[in-house]
Amino acid sequence: MSTAAATHDDHHDHHHAPTGLKRWLFSTNHKDIGTLYLWFSFAMFLSGGFLAMVIRAELLEPGMQFVDPEFFNQMTTVHGLVMVFGAVMPATVGLANWMIPLMIGAPDMALPRMNNWSFWILPFAFAILIGSVVMSAFGAGNPSAPNFGWTFYAPLSTKYGPASTDLFILSVHMMGISSIMGAINVVVTVFNMRAPGMTLMKMPLFVWTWLITAFLLIAVIPVLAGAVTMMLTDRHFGTSFFDAAGGGDPVLFQHVFWFFGHPEVYIMILPSFGIVSAIIPAFARKPLFGYASMVYATASIALLSFVVWAHHMFTVGMPLAGTLFFMYMTMLISVPTGVKVFNWVATMWRGSMTFELPMKWAIAFVVLFTCGGLSGLMLAITPVDFQYHDTYFVVAHFHYVLVTGAIFSIFAAAYYWLPKWSGIMPNKTLGELHFWNSLISANLLFFPMHFVGLAGMPRRYADYALQFADYNFWISIGGFWFGLSQLLFLAVAVLCALKKGEKAPAKPWEGAEGLEWEVPSPAPFHTYDTPPVVK
Amino acid sequence: MQSTLFHRAAAGLTSLMISGMTFASDWTERSDLDLRPGVTQVSQEVQNLHTTVLWIVTVIGLLVCGLILFSMIRHRRSKNPNPSTFHENVFFEVLWTVIPFVILIAMAVPATRVLVQLDDTAESELTVKVTGYRWKWSYEYLTYEDDNDIGVSFFSNLATPPEQYNNPVLSGGLFPYGTAKDLVGKDAPEKDHNYNLEVDNKLIIPSGQKVRFLVTSDDVIHSFWVPDFGGKKDAIPGFVNETWALVPEGKEGTYYGQCAELCGKNHAFMPIAVEVVTQDEFKTWIAEEKEKAASGPDLTPFAGIDQALEEGKQVYDSACALCHGANGEGGIGLAFAGTEFATNKEHLNEHIDVLVHGRGAMPNFKAQLTPRQIAAVITYERNAFGNDTGDLIQPADVNDHE
Repeated sequence: MSTAAATHDDHHDHHHAPTGLKRWLFSTNHKDIGTLYLWFSFAMFLSGGFLAMVIRAELLEPGMQFVDPEFFNQMTTVHGLVMVFGAVMPATVGLANWMIPLMIGAPDMALPRMNNWSFWILPFAFAILIGSVVMSAFGAGNPSAPNFGWTFYAPLSTKYGPASTDLFILSVHMMGISSIMGAINVVVTVFNMRAPGMTLMKMPLFVWTWLITAFLLIAVIPVLAGAVTMMLTDRHFGTSFFDAAGGGDPVLFQHVFWFFGHPEVYIMILPSFGIVSAIIPAFARKPLFGYASMVYATASIALLSFVVWAHHMFTVGMPLAGTLFFMYMTMLISVPTGVKVFNWVATMWRGSMTFELPMKWAIAFVVLFTCGGLSGLMLAITPVDFQYHDTYFVVAHFHYVLVTGAIFSIFAAAYYWLPKWSGIMPNKTLGELHFWNSLISANLLFFPMHFVGLAGMPRRYADYALQFADYNFWISIGGFWFGLSQLLFLAVAVLCALKKGEKAPAKPWEGAEGLEWEVPSPAPFHTYDTPPVVK
Repeated sequence: MQSTLFHRAAAGLTSLMISGMTFASDWTERSDLDLRPGVTQVSQEVQNLHTTVLWIVTVIGLLVCGLILFSMIRHRRSKNPNPSTFHENVFFEVLWTVIPFVILIAMAVPATRVLVQLDDTAESELTVKVTGYRWKWSYEYLTYEDDNDIGVSFFSNLATPPEQYNNPVLSGGLFPYGTAKDLVGKDAPEKDHNYNLEVDNKLIIPSGQKVRFLVTSDDVIHSFWVPDFGGKKDAIPGFVNETWALVPEGKEGTYYGQCAELCGKNHAFMPIAVEVVTQDEFKTWIAEEKEKAASGPDLTPFAGIDQALEEGKQVYDSACALCHGANGEGGIGLAFAGTEFATNKEHLNEHIDVLVHGRGAMPNFKAQLTPRQIAAVITYERNAFGNDTGDLIQPADVNDHE
């Protein structure tokens, strides 16, 4: 064993990074795979954003001007799926790949070949899903792409689903396999590969939140796989899981889906908590307030996330006792979330803050995520949720937590660690433009959705009554503005990738803490062949 | 809404906020900034609860943002070059766990009370079964006061004409079903005031009496929602959900709503319109409808093909055009213009059969259309779009079809 390991090390010492296409196709290097994940997720972010532009163009004015209502439904469906499974999740996996080994002093992820596979499944999964949209737009007879919303409620997606539903099922299975493998890799890496002295309670919070996220993924992705498999057998093999005519229950689908779906929203946001917990102390030049309570709060959120799923289904006609249980549990989950926000504020308190780009994004995250969290608390109040449910108020809520929450924190992470990844400081002018344009346009885009939702506009509407027209106009303007602003980040990332710009030192941020800043910038292809010793 | 301190504080703050700003009485007048209070007692309690919670979260939000802003100004490096090093304080950790918990309990108590009230569908005077279809609603009056055998039911379709919502600026792939291609570049007619909300047959209910809705669906999940009645209920195929409304006397009028659960292509085009009338008016109306329903279908033959074509066109535009195309060119459903099916007499019996019994994705129209309407529309389909077969189908042909 030791001989084999030594030979292996020699091999790496004598050969530098492989080049060309092979470097990326066959990579088992956590940094390269992390880079692949990040570029892939950004490509998906732009694709999903393009679909959102179609939605907003159609909703700019009342009436159907650009697309057929059927095509509109395909846009909302695939936009949601691409953003959740293609943009946010792979981006956080990419960050985990890059940063977890660096943060815990490990030479690589524990299972490098599986790492390669879990990435390379994704482009094929999304080629299948997006292929169905391309066929719908350009194919003869315009066969419909998935058109049942990203939540794919039965029987709309089973008995009434288009033929492409089967492509969707295959694609979701592949994304699920990728996520489970990614999660297993994180768990094994964190438990087995920490440098000597790196005890669990010394790990950076990003590693902690990702460890907990990984457990959530392993627990709920199989449930999603079960849901789509039951759909498949309902569609083709004569079962009736979700068909009342055969003794099944359409509401069962929603229970199964949301048992996956609610932990899923925490899968998307917990890594963000970790990112912000790294950035705020760095720029406040003060240690994170309440490290231990942050860990416990994250764990409580993860546990509670398993017992709140039916708050997505308050209107399906659950018994009173069930409704009350889910209302109380949902309200309760705001306590640990509040603890986190207060801890971030306490970290900033009496610090010595500067506002470089990562800090700007992180503070925007705290403020706007809090806004999304508070509208979430409103949605938890069941009798009022009967009014909010399935309106634009809900759309406003989850875009605040996912766009100005998860995605803003991912941008924060990108600006924070790009110097480490590329050795180049992100272009300040473009970065500032990107931040301010995104901040203002995102609020123009999402804040009026609260009003139009309270006024009574249902979501997933291709057309609307005239009293909603003025708000929708401004929402669309905000949408186009936000969409275009993201191209600025493309420019920032391309400049870094082409090594154009100011060279970054090993530790470009004065107050930053952690092992990742002890290796040179850009991080060498292999790091920590000899583990560091953590005091 | 009475009792808690929060409610009093919230009510006071709200009246301050909206002083000088009135809520539109009609939902279609303008988009309000806030949740509508609605017309029922329950919808008003829901709105009060909403206002209370909105104020609580606004205060919390402002507090958090205020602290962050204060810190950003006062604890900048230029103002505070030497950061403190504190990073733990059990007292504060406990404080910001316990205080939110107490606030939550304060919100949960009124929420529970309103929820229990909403759940109570007992002792209703009128029961209406509401069934969602793709993409229309049907209303069946089951019981009223002591009458358990009303037998009145009808369908309710969008009344906004398609020319008002189909205003394509592009043609081709993005309008996959081609239904609107011939409208490209044409001037769109001005939109009605109740655009996308008006229906052909309104649901009629009495004021001052508790109305129980039994909500179900014939195909996919829909959701029955009239915002002014305070809340929605999903219409689920194979299951029956209950909800209720009591519109007080003096609040007669028309209230609009929309389907609130994605149900396919025309999800945005199946509005709900409820006309609330006085009890006297309701009793007169229901008696007339009962009489009509009891006399059986109208089987008077068409005087000539022109009469059938005229009635058939109306039926076709409201019931068939969405799937089969405004000019019979097909879409989700098959095409009629010049096709074997619509021109060869051998398929005539099959044509009637498909309408009466349905086939595959084509629903059966026996419950939705009268024999006269079905006969008229088949006649239309076989003579319009250049088909000119001369086939004339009479109401009795449809009624006798097994």
